[in-house]
Amino acid sequence: MFDALSERFERLGTSLRSRGRLSEADLDEALFEVRSALLEADVELGVVRAFLDAVRERLSGEDLNQSLTPGQQVIKAVHEQLVEVLGGSALKVTYASKPPTVVLLAGLQGAGKTTAAAKLAAWFKQQGRQPYLIGADLQRPAAVEQLRVLARQIGVDVFSEASDPVEVARKGLAEAQRLGRDVVIVDTAGRLAIDEALMREVRAISDVTQPHYTFLVIDAVTGQDAVLTARAFHETLELSGIIVTKLDYDARGGAVLSARGVVGRPVVFASTGEKLADFDLFHPDRMASRILGMGDVLSLIEQAERAMDPSIVAESAGRMMSGTFTLDDFMAQLGQVRKMGSLGGIMKLMPGVTKEMRNAASNVDDSELNKIEAIVRSMTPRERRDPNLLDGSRRTRIAKGSGTSVNAVNQLLKQFTEMRKMMKQMSGGGMPNLPGGMGRMAGLAARASAQREQLPPGFEALGAGMASAPVNRPGGGGKNKKKKGGRVTPPKQR
Amino acid sequence: MTVVLIILVALVVLAAVFIIVRRRRRPANAIAPVVREAMPDLLVSEIAERPVLVEETSNLDQRLGASRSIFDRVRAITSVGALAQDQLDVVEEVLLRSDVGVTTTRAILEDLRTNGAPDGVAAAVRADLLDSLGADRSVTSSAEPGRVPVWLFVGVNGVGKTTTIGKLAQRHVNEGRSVVLAAGDTFRAAAAEQLQLWADRTGADIVRAAEGADPGSVVHDALGRAAARGADIVLADTAGRRANSTNLLDELAKIRRVADRAPGQVVETFMVLDATTGQNALSQAREFLAAAAVTGIVLTKLDGTARGGIVVAIERELGIPVKFVGVGEGVGDLIVFEPEAFVDSLLHA
Repeated sequence: MFDALSERFERLGTSLRSRGRLSEADLDEALFEVRSALLEADVELGVVRAFLDAVRERLSGEDLNQSLTPGQQVIKAVHEQLVEVLGGSALKVTYASKPPTVVLLAGLQGAGKTTAAAKLAAWFKQQGRQPYLIGADLQRPAAVEQLRVLARQIGVDVFSEASDPVEVARKGLAEAQRLGRDVVIVDTAGRLAIDEALMREVRAISDVTQPHYTFLVIDAVTGQDAVLTARAFHETLELSGIIVTKLDYDARGGAVLSARGVVGRPVVFASTGEKLADFDLFHPDRMASRILGMGDVLSLIEQAERAMDPSIVAESAGRMMSGTFTLDDFMAQLGQVRKMGSLGGIMKLMPGVTKEMRNAASNVDDSELNKIEAIVRSMTPRERRDPNLLDGSRRTRIAKGSGTSVNAVNQLLKQFTEMRKMMKQMSGGGMPNLPGGMGRMAGLAARASAQREQLPPGFEALGAGMASAPVNRPGGGGKNKKKKGGRVTPPKQR
Repeated sequence: MTVVLIILVALVVLAAVFIIVRRRRRPANAIAPVVREAMPDLLVSEIAERPVLVEETSNLDQRLGASRSIFDRVRAITSVGALAQDQLDVVEEVLLRSDVGVTTTRAILEDLRTNGAPDGVAAAVRADLLDSLGADRSVTSSAEPGRVPVWLFVGVNGVGKTTTIGKLAQRHVNEGRSVVLAAGDTFRAAAAEQLQLWADRTGADIVRAAEGADPGSVVHDALGRAAARGADIVLADTAGRRANSTNLLDELAKIRRVADRAPGQVVETFMVLDATTGQNALSQAREFLAAAAVTGIVLTKLDGTARGGIVVAIERELGIPVKFVGVGEGVGDLIVFEPEAFVDSLLHA
């Protein structure tokens, strides 16, 4: 989406550049594109309108930044606005002075409440708390059973009995107090927003348990209906926040913005996968990038930082820049990358990667990596330092030694040589000849690292603007090729 | 192999770039952050009443409130020439709010623009939508002689696959067929228990295995049991899976192959879709179609406020018809899909 947007804007932008200021008509045209993008991301129509008004206000009258095209100016404003809306009035989870802290989960059927309840319990446990689960979903067959199974995996107790949900909640709370648990999570039955009987029931559960936090669990693939759901629950329960689930789907998740826009409560947690650990606090800037289809470099870098050993990476990065990168360094890097998780998962977070590549990557069995390692390990230390030594007979030996084919060895070496070439050029200061999307990535990386140091807000999106890089592209054309000037250092504007 | 290498290169370069960027950055400059006025918490304080294009015939009077006024602007207009922009805007709003999607909405607006609406805007939009819903939606419950027909159910998490199977089992039982359920969702905690309860309720036979077992083997066993007992049909559940994971889709393709091997024959593969789903449903349908040759959609949870308009886009673009719709929690609340009733409900919102 972001790609498409920035492309559309580029076309739009060339005619505007000379004027140095967005005219009303230009703005209309640009915002129309933004509107389509948001609607395709499932943001609700009313929320889209309000959002566009806010963006328009941000942009109108503002002098055009000289280093950005008008199109980028718009994207910058959109991104900033998204972050602001998604991140405004953030909620910090505090604990009740008189435990237990009660958390109530509500939402439509199939939104993922039961799983979210267990994940939330795991999260609290990680925070050093002693959570307790109450299974008050007596509606769906085997829902309590599901909760019990999940809870067993994380070592948390569940209270439930076959009676009335309100009664279960009341007894469960008393039980939690008796056991001295300090966090209680109440899972309720999924219900349609318009089902009055069930809404009354959840209201009654809420009255009985007096929750400190009431979270609406909403599915990232929800369409326009998200606002009606959120509004109905908010009116019944007075929500304190939103938990968004299924963020691992390829949906853009505009529903999050819709729900946020209509209840005015922050999104607190996000669930990003089937495993119980795939659950964390919500990051508005990442969601903004996602709605605009920009990939999730921040998560990627965070993951990299967590998994990689900086000294190893730095050492080989130094050699990378001096152009003396060896296969040993490659192996070291490979080991680091593998620590980050599956390639498919990593690729998903990377911006500017085509869908085909992403699909191909999720296809890749990580045992392929074993083969690569086997090939390199079958070389002598001298060969690893100087791949030029590798003639036909050595290659045959390596193929045999690693149980692969000469073809595979050749391929690896070819890629390695290209990689080395690329690195040499990079150390020259620019980002030349990177394969599709890589220049963009560099821009995002620059932006990301800037963002993490809390620079003024203007800067972050500047990096995002840079990512699509027509600013520094003298000819304007030649998509993704020869981004000679696309530097990775922050622009002067700072 | 090449792919792996390209990815690796990308990652290593990313790491390097990151380090270089960090190194080059000077210590943070002392620039005061730009302070902006806080955004209001609420973006939309009032949810606009959905405009309607077709009035509900039954409780007309109740519907004639606020929504009527918006609708009145366009309903009665018959136009042979171009429609005014504000009329088109209302049509657009109705369609977008029902999740029909930007592409389909544009196509319909384009049609209105060029052909006008001689019989009224509502009729024109209705006709356009019905045109998109023209695929064959007959349901097959019989297989070649000597083989057991299998209905396979696929879909993402939480759309109501298991419940749908329960309700369809009841339907078959009511029609005098003996049913075997295959609890192929071996991933979600307690999914088999949930299906067991449906088996008990409907009197269907069930084959289940331990959690984490191979779903293909469960389906295989179910086929064996069905063939041995001369059952009339097998309904096979599968675990909910996201549609953007090749591994999970490959697993699904495998389950389908197992189910289609004698004595089984897959006669219908249903993608179960939650009516609240937005534009992602299209990519779900595309992936599941490729992986499991989906033959029809079961649209669930239509009894809520969601309209499920995305199925129009799915049928337009991929030709997958909706065959059943879930309109309530009762066991009898799964009914055969009727395009006209559906389109009317889309338009009266």
